[in-house]
Amino acid sequence: MATASSARQSQQWVGQPMQRREDARFLRGTGRYTDDVPHAFALHAAFVRSPIAFGVIRSIDVSPALEIPGVIAVLTSADLGHATLTGFLDRDEFIKTAMPILANERVRFVGEPLAIVIATSRYIAEDAIEAVSYEIDEFDPIVAMDDAQRTPQPIHDEAPDGVLVDLRMFNDDELEEVLATSHVVVDETFRSGRLQAAPMEGRGCLAEWIDRDDQLVVTVSTQLPHQVRTGIAQALGLAERQVRVIVPDVGGGFGFKAVLGREEVAVAAAARILRRPVRWAEDRLESLTASFQGREQEYTVRAGFTEDGVLTGLVADIRCNIGAYSAFPFTCGLEPIMAATEFLGVYKVPRYASRSRGIASNKPPSNAYRGVSRPQIVMVMEGLMDRAADRLGIDRVEIRRRNTIRAEDFPYSGPNGITYEPGSYLEALELCAAQVEAAGWRQRCEEAAPGFIRGIGIANFSERNAYGTATMGLRRMPMTPGFEVAHLAMDASGDVTLTSGTCSAGQGHETTFAQIVADRLGISPDRIQLRQGDTDLTSFGWGTFAGRSLVIGGGAAAVAARRLAVQLREVAAQLLSVDADDVELVNGHARVRGTDESISIDEIAKTVHFRSHLLTDREEYLLESHGSADPSGMFSNGCHAALVEIDAGTGAVQVLDYLVVEDCGVIVNPLVVDGQVRGGIAQGIGATLYEEASYSPDGQPLAGSFMSYLVPTAAEMPPISIHHLETPCYQTETGVKGMGEAGTIGAPAVILSALNDALRSRDAWLEHVPVTPADIQRLLELPTKMESS
Amino acid sequence: MSESREITLTVNGERHLIVVEPRRTLADVLRIDLGLTGTHVGCEHGICGACTVLMDDEPVRACLIFGVQADGSSVRTVEGLAAKGELTDLQQAFSRHHALQCGFCTPGFLMLAEGYLATTPAPDPVAVREMASANLCRCTGYQGIVDAIVEVAEHRFRERPI
Repeated sequence: MATASSARQSQQWVGQPMQRREDARFLRGTGRYTDDVPHAFALHAAFVRSPIAFGVIRSIDVSPALEIPGVIAVLTSADLGHATLTGFLDRDEFIKTAMPILANERVRFVGEPLAIVIATSRYIAEDAIEAVSYEIDEFDPIVAMDDAQRTPQPIHDEAPDGVLVDLRMFNDDELEEVLATSHVVVDETFRSGRLQAAPMEGRGCLAEWIDRDDQLVVTVSTQLPHQVRTGIAQALGLAERQVRVIVPDVGGGFGFKAVLGREEVAVAAAARILRRPVRWAEDRLESLTASFQGREQEYTVRAGFTEDGVLTGLVADIRCNIGAYSAFPFTCGLEPIMAATEFLGVYKVPRYASRSRGIASNKPPSNAYRGVSRPQIVMVMEGLMDRAADRLGIDRVEIRRRNTIRAEDFPYSGPNGITYEPGSYLEALELCAAQVEAAGWRQRCEEAAPGFIRGIGIANFSERNAYGTATMGLRRMPMTPGFEVAHLAMDASGDVTLTSGTCSAGQGHETTFAQIVADRLGISPDRIQLRQGDTDLTSFGWGTFAGRSLVIGGGAAAVAARRLAVQLREVAAQLLSVDADDVELVNGHARVRGTDESISIDEIAKTVHFRSHLLTDREEYLLESHGSADPSGMFSNGCHAALVEIDAGTGAVQVLDYLVVEDCGVIVNPLVVDGQVRGGIAQGIGATLYEEASYSPDGQPLAGSFMSYLVPTAAEMPPISIHHLETPCYQTETGVKGMGEAGTIGAPAVILSALNDALRSRDAWLEHVPVTPADIQRLLELPTKMESS
Repeated sequence: MSESREITLTVNGERHLIVVEPRRTLADVLRIDLGLTGTHVGCEHGICGACTVLMDDEPVRACLIFGVQADGSSVRTVEGLAAKGELTDLQQAFSRHHALQCGFCTPGFLMLAEGYLATTPAPDPVAVREMASANLCRCTGYQGIVDAIVEVAEHRFRERPI
């Protein structure tokens, strides 16, 4: 049983701001992303995509395209045997629907693939798209969630009301009475806009059937190598062994690649049918409008408070616009489940009830995007705190303080059925509030130039991560993610190869995993090579998502390293004729404690491989170990504060300054942690002020390029100062908690809080993101509270 | 449309004679015809800047230039930066400041910054941030990128030949 104290063992590398081992190749331009993988003979795929949001396919005529020189094939759903992917939850509240690999009978969003063109170049493939003709009878599309009620034609016949998942996981018969007798009930509706993760590298793949290995080898940009293997094998009727998924460098994931897309399956199918290698690289239009989106949600919430601002109970009706299909493998239940179960955050809420629904629309399917529902639930909880504080005349920090789960409450069990392991919720709030005072932000608010208004926001929150099988099993996916297995092998030169089923998309696993293993083996991280992203190299794993990799994958590596260390000490003991308990591994040597007597680990490795006849007591040959980890899941926590400025003339918002207090347990590499925080905040600022995958009422995407989908640039980013607290995790051998999503989670809440502070003289509240300059201008046109009274 | 033309291109000091379709982008010429895949394609409409290379010392979006337009020019790509083996001061500063995570946008930022620093030897941090806003990064939040470029600019200015 691992304990927090085991994280306190003597450590040399964990905690160091090591420059990343990945960096050199990325800086030289010799990193290898999917579309960089050379293949002299690969054909190129492009997709014929529906220009219609919702309709019945009457015909598709591919024959003119086949006349174009260089076009090898044009395949439709029938050519793929009407293959499908089905992401479902095995529960009564979930309606199971299939996603055809290529549209079959109906189209359900603009951009849905109707056919795949295979040609000798991408240029020719795109020419051929123009030559494919089709007839589609249009229905009125369902774009907004309320459209489903007034459109007779359901998106899926299985769900006539358009609701694919309807969860009432938490009920409380006495809640209504408690609200009725509460001093104040804050009754609000919050909305968040549809987003796209927009990693700089879009999706892509290269597929080739290899007769010698009886295998379809699919190189693909994904966060989930083994789940992509399972999905492709299922869709194409192959054994798992017959699909090898290779993941080279991944140019950003953010949940956008924690999925199997239909395009990758179509390319794999084409390679198998044609028995020729085929490659595809998504362009930005496809990425923004025809892949996966998320976060379009609405929360109608009532929260009761006592006169002193203490929460009495909360009821939430949550609706998520999940798009046209349920994604594989995490399903359209992902956002509704997370929103309902994790809603209460860092607060003690005595009574809680919620209904959360996933509603189908004629938009691309939703999938995870960094934080999933947490940016919204934190925005809602913090918005409720600000409203209650305003109505009760209590300071915004004070009302949070009165409701926050405290150190003495842990392990705390909430009405959401979750038991929280220790965190620094109140400490983070106090430190953040103190930092705001110390930074002189109140003074800076007073100093705004004429025509500008400033405000301060604060948001205290947690980030649940590293969900193991015990927690994931509650979701009832047909396959339950959660554990990881690591394998370590030391070669004859004393170098170590580590394999993990997690899969880095820029998080620096090659560095941080090596730091963890290095401490336990007493060698330099430079001697440890992480291999990942190849289903033939690693027996199984669940990939990288939800802050799980360094916690679970790194936790498994720590266990494997501890076991390998035992082997090294035993061999050293035999070679030095001492007891293994007296041997320690330090600075590349196995040393007899308290003496100068030692043998180098390189020498041990050489002996084990080349002179094993000297080792008479060993039952096993070589130096190899396995480790596994499967924590139930944990909460990191943090508190953010932001100073924002509104240009009253234009309604434009600039975030002037930003403070972070975060607690992710033991920090393996501060450079990486701070990088995750800053990058996450950039995405959160984008979600709050700039980005929206917007649609016209007839279902046409309005954000198809980076000219209309506005990813923040350097000019939009404030300085960010980061303060660390450390509450070690007791579920893992390393004490590490996940932390990849915190920045994205906190930013919308804190910026909205700051904007509402800036606009406090107006009798209006912002309760949606993204907030546009036009929204701000509308509020500024309202009379001030003084004028209206 | 498909009548190919012969162009000459000097890339990282090496002269190439290439036959290309007029519609072939410089990005595809570099990546597919010359195998220089360090130049990445992020948007194909000139916004993200991942494909930024130096064409006759000027930063350009390789996705918006046709190969035929580059005929006779000298192109420098990320592969040309550390040609002698050791990483350049700018590349080292990027690593030190954690100015890259997934690395996909990094070559574009390096080439953008090299082009900028060649003509703007003593920029202030505000100007560097403004310049860096020409390209998109989705991982880092830009602080490390700006810090690395500012540090190298100052160092190069101090050490400049007088």
